[in-house]
Amino acid sequence: MTTTPEKTSLVNVTIDGIQVSVPKDTLVIRAAEQVGVQVPRFCDHPLLAPVGACRQCLVDIPDAGNGKAIPKPQASCTLPVAEGMVVQTQVTSPVADKAQQGVMEFLLINHPLDCAVCDKGGECPLQNQAMSNGRAETRFDGVKRTFPKPIALSAQVLLDRERCIVCQRCTRFTDEIAGDPFIALIERGASQQIGVADDAPFLSYFSGNTIQICPVGALTSAEYRFRSRPFDLVSTPSVAEHDACGAAIRIDHRRGKVMRRLAGNDPEVNEEWISDKDRFAFHYARQDDRLAHPMVRDLVEDGGDGQLRPASWPEAFAVAANGLRAAGASAVLTGGRVTAEDAYAYSKFARVALGTNDVDFRARPHSAEEAEFLSSFVALSNHVDYTDLETASVVVLAGLEPEDEAATIFLRLRKATRNGTTRVVALAPFTTRGLEKMAGRLIVTMPGDEAAALRALADDGETALDAGGVILVGERLAQSHGALTAALELAKTTGARLAWVPRRAGDRGAVEAGCLPNLLPGGRPITDAAARVDAATAWGTGSLPAAAGRDGNAIIAALTTGELGGLVIGGVDPADTTDPAATLAAIDAARFVVSLEQRLTDVAARADVVFPVAPVSDKAGTFVTWEGRPRPFDAVFANPASLPDVRILAGIAQQLGAPLGFKTPHEVRTEMESMGPWDGPRPSLDSPQEPKKKPRAKAGGFVLSTWKQLLDKGVMQDGDVHLAATARPAVARINAAAYDELFGMLEGVATAILTGDRGAVTLPVEVADLPDGVVWVPANSFGRGVLADLASPGSSVTIKGA
Amino acid sequence: MDMLTPVLTDNWDQDRAWTLAAYEKQGGYGAMKKAFTMAPDDIITAVKDSGLRGRGGAGFPTGMKWGFIPQDNPKPKYLVVNADESEPGTCKDIPLMMASPHTLLEGVIISSFAIRANHAFIYVRGEVLHVVRRLQHAVQEAYLAGLLGKNIQGSGYDLDVVVHAGAGAYICGEETALLEGLEGRRGQPRLRPPFPAVAGLYASPTVINNVESIASVPSIIANGADWFASMGTEKSKGYGIFSLSGHVTKPGAYEAPLGITLRQLIDLAGGMRAGHQLKFWTPGGSSTPMLTDEHLDVPLDFEGVGAAGSMLGTRALQLFDETTCVVGAVLRWTEFYKHESCGKCTPCREGTWWLVQTLSKLEKGQGTEDDLDLLLDQCDNIAGRSFCALADGATSPIVSSIKYFRDEYIAHLRHGGCPFDPAASTVFASHGAPA
Repeated sequence: MTTTPEKTSLVNVTIDGIQVSVPKDTLVIRAAEQVGVQVPRFCDHPLLAPVGACRQCLVDIPDAGNGKAIPKPQASCTLPVAEGMVVQTQVTSPVADKAQQGVMEFLLINHPLDCAVCDKGGECPLQNQAMSNGRAETRFDGVKRTFPKPIALSAQVLLDRERCIVCQRCTRFTDEIAGDPFIALIERGASQQIGVADDAPFLSYFSGNTIQICPVGALTSAEYRFRSRPFDLVSTPSVAEHDACGAAIRIDHRRGKVMRRLAGNDPEVNEEWISDKDRFAFHYARQDDRLAHPMVRDLVEDGGDGQLRPASWPEAFAVAANGLRAAGASAVLTGGRVTAEDAYAYSKFARVALGTNDVDFRARPHSAEEAEFLSSFVALSNHVDYTDLETASVVVLAGLEPEDEAATIFLRLRKATRNGTTRVVALAPFTTRGLEKMAGRLIVTMPGDEAAALRALADDGETALDAGGVILVGERLAQSHGALTAALELAKTTGARLAWVPRRAGDRGAVEAGCLPNLLPGGRPITDAAARVDAATAWGTGSLPAAAGRDGNAIIAALTTGELGGLVIGGVDPADTTDPAATLAAIDAARFVVSLEQRLTDVAARADVVFPVAPVSDKAGTFVTWEGRPRPFDAVFANPASLPDVRILAGIAQQLGAPLGFKTPHEVRTEMESMGPWDGPRPSLDSPQEPKKKPRAKAGGFVLSTWKQLLDKGVMQDGDVHLAATARPAVARINAAAYDELFGMLEGVATAILTGDRGAVTLPVEVADLPDGVVWVPANSFGRGVLADLASPGSSVTIKGA
Repeated sequence: MDMLTPVLTDNWDQDRAWTLAAYEKQGGYGAMKKAFTMAPDDIITAVKDSGLRGRGGAGFPTGMKWGFIPQDNPKPKYLVVNADESEPGTCKDIPLMMASPHTLLEGVIISSFAIRANHAFIYVRGEVLHVVRRLQHAVQEAYLAGLLGKNIQGSGYDLDVVVHAGAGAYICGEETALLEGLEGRRGQPRLRPPFPAVAGLYASPTVINNVESIASVPSIIANGADWFASMGTEKSKGYGIFSLSGHVTKPGAYEAPLGITLRQLIDLAGGMRAGHQLKFWTPGGSSTPMLTDEHLDVPLDFEGVGAAGSMLGTRALQLFDETTCVVGAVLRWTEFYKHESCGKCTPCREGTWWLVQTLSKLEKGQGTEDDLDLLLDQCDNIAGRSFCALADGATSPIVSSIKYFRDEYIAHLRHGGCPFDPAASTVFASHGAPA
């Protein structure tokens, strides 16, 4: 919903003799762009409030629209157009040109001439504009200002102060966009510089954007500093793979290696910002345990040593097919990293090659209610997009902490709330920093009470949810009985629009591709015979299994009992699943396991055949955002050591005698398009039957609330020590009363031992506005994570001082 | 001596003039009582009719400024008194607040009443701790006497006054930087629009006036606009405090009608230092272009000084005789501006850094005549290109000194250094101290 300026609000100006009509309040610098005139600038940034600090964009105004000239050159980045205004830029005005040349000369007198070793050299606005709007030789022969270099604003962001031209883009970004004003101007005059408090490092999930918008080489990342020159890099546009937001990124690479990633510019999605995770977390693809060839297990009974050994691709395909055939009934489990094409291949592989609906992409706690919700409501839906978040009167968040779980949504919501148009209401156990930054209202919600809280919203006059509102539900709501159904009801009764926001990049695409036991690709319900026939016809097969399959939890159980014998598993981390120990035991118990992995994981090490899977940089694909927006991307590298999941599954299926009909992601995309979405009836979502008991703390215990922080021990953040150092520390949060009871007047850092049904962990404790009897811990910031090391979902933990 | 018009300075010689008792004995707070009988708009009209123009240097009509306050704006209105007197050579607000703080307070009450503000702030230069204390004491006295606070003197009007000490930045004399400082932020000028009259302190309509402007209000209310307008010149009405400093026999604050000449003021001050002649002077502090002995008869009002190529400014008359090296004086001033540049914008931050280096070289007799043109070009690239007027002021002494004393710069180059005896310009020079 891009706002189209009304004709009545257009203003006519003349810039360098060219007449142009621009919307009212347009700044002169941007009006000039409309006539193709680039006025040099540094502090100006279209997404930041004007400041007029650098004075580089001075232009002459012979007529301000009132027939009078403005006597002095004006900063075009702060001057709005007026009807009849006449502007002369450096192109036609010697005064403006001299003013710009003068400012450029001033900027350069104290700027080091170290372009040859500066990261920015070659892509530097100062360098470029010094060429276009500056003098070739300096007249300054004095002493340049120097500073000890660099200082670390955080473990990741370094500042070389002598290069800084104090344009304040970085401080304005942190204040206006991210809401993390940890850096600020200090000192004055020529000593003015960007500073950081000794006891408050620049800990922002979005700090990397300051590096990208710095118009000189003053801000650099510890990760990229001095690693390469811009002109050695090849840039490929891509899509971030770390969440379901689909942020546009630019991958800069050199000789088959990613050197850095930058934010792409997509006004409809991430504007020009990305999270530090999207920017810095890409080293996982180059870790030592990255698989470079297929492996098969030499069986002891065949005279082998029981170990995995390298194998050729054809042998691995044959061994996998034979093993699955011999194992009997088999199932498919996939994780969140798969592209939509890969998910489609898994989905079709299960149905066509294995003849089963036992397929589930939800490598996390999940429920039958959620599967119904996904198949009946989420598949094919596109009710809400980013722009809607900005125009919504109120956005309700349930089971979703956007700053941690969907960073691009967080930035959009913060922008919307700062504009004053949108209010954010969160159903959560406590006021998070993210909620504070959105000036949001907390409706304190105990874990398990989400359904009731959502129902109550229908009559909540303060929230005033109506057709102008939006409800965003996170994947965590699957753990709260009845909550997804209640959200759907709330949307119906209030008219508000509803969207499901998963945490992983591949989740929404997996829904569309039918990686669910009750859903075929394109939203075709398994239970609908016509839908099955439609899919079978598209696939050219006789028939498809009619009964809904097992979900992830049931697959694990059936593998353990032996009802299922074979397992094709790709991108699943057992530690993320409902019961990590049971998942590992099920993999051990399975008669035959085919693992598709990028790295030698716990699963791959237990498998009978291991296929090396290409990371997203090495394959084409599509991620579908939480909105339902397809975000296709191309391969950055052609790397023959690993293959897309699509190609591997096609190879196994071929050997199974059930060819999938495609081998490349592009062929899958073509098939998906020709298959198209289901246009028949969709199942309705019934209220879930068996009301389970709500999670309630045992006497003296605490109900556990948890989610994953943006930066944690996730495997796709492996390898970047600087990024990891900026992660928020793992702390347990309880309310003040519980804290006082446990620690009394203790000074210093309080530490507690938390004990649950899966183990005990020791964590520092902080106070938050949680309700009584609730403890919050980060889900994956210690050990192997909450589910493996502390407690099962919905169970209670005890806390005692350590 | 009948050229002097002591109004603000009239009671400075009274015993303990700064106390409420002494001020009231002089008829103090009478104007306030009269003002409370008037409609606020009538007070604004009176100030408009008086022709009072801002005494902080820019000379903007005070009553007109008050009229800009949108009275239909539901936000609170604020009066802010700019008492951050820091302009080199200026010495009027600080002695006024030291000698008779209640004159200012009475003006604050009347002015706040006129613009319908219930909160007023006096932003005092932080370095003058003794003045801060005296003001605070005066405010306390006023509260205890019921002259501030709720329902002042039964008028139904409430006013709270806060004395705020600055943290030592010349730039905070710039009104929007002052507001930033007052709000607890970094003292740097704000983007305008919005102007303070619409969105000033805490984004609310705000009037910011100089101490002397506000202190003049009681006399206008007490004696009438016509009385005030009868003094001064056609477009520069009233009286003002002229601070004379430098090589003059009796430096000090001389209160006289606008339009008086420097020749008259020097006569009042007992002439130049014995045996010496005026060489150059600033009409309104170092930010105003310097003038020379050919300008002795220029009427010191906004128009007269403007016509002579300078500005009336704060009437900070710094007088220098022929023993003074103009290059040295200009360098010292330029070092001041470099030190006080807030750093926000490029021309001021970097330009003053460079100017000091170029001037230092010239003072040492290094460089060539081309450096004078370079200096002028730097000034051309600074003045009118920066965010606020600080940098314009920084270039004034350089450009004007080269205009009048180019030969003296060249003499430094020929001489290989400063040709002046630095001791000759000092106060102890007449005692025969050798160079």
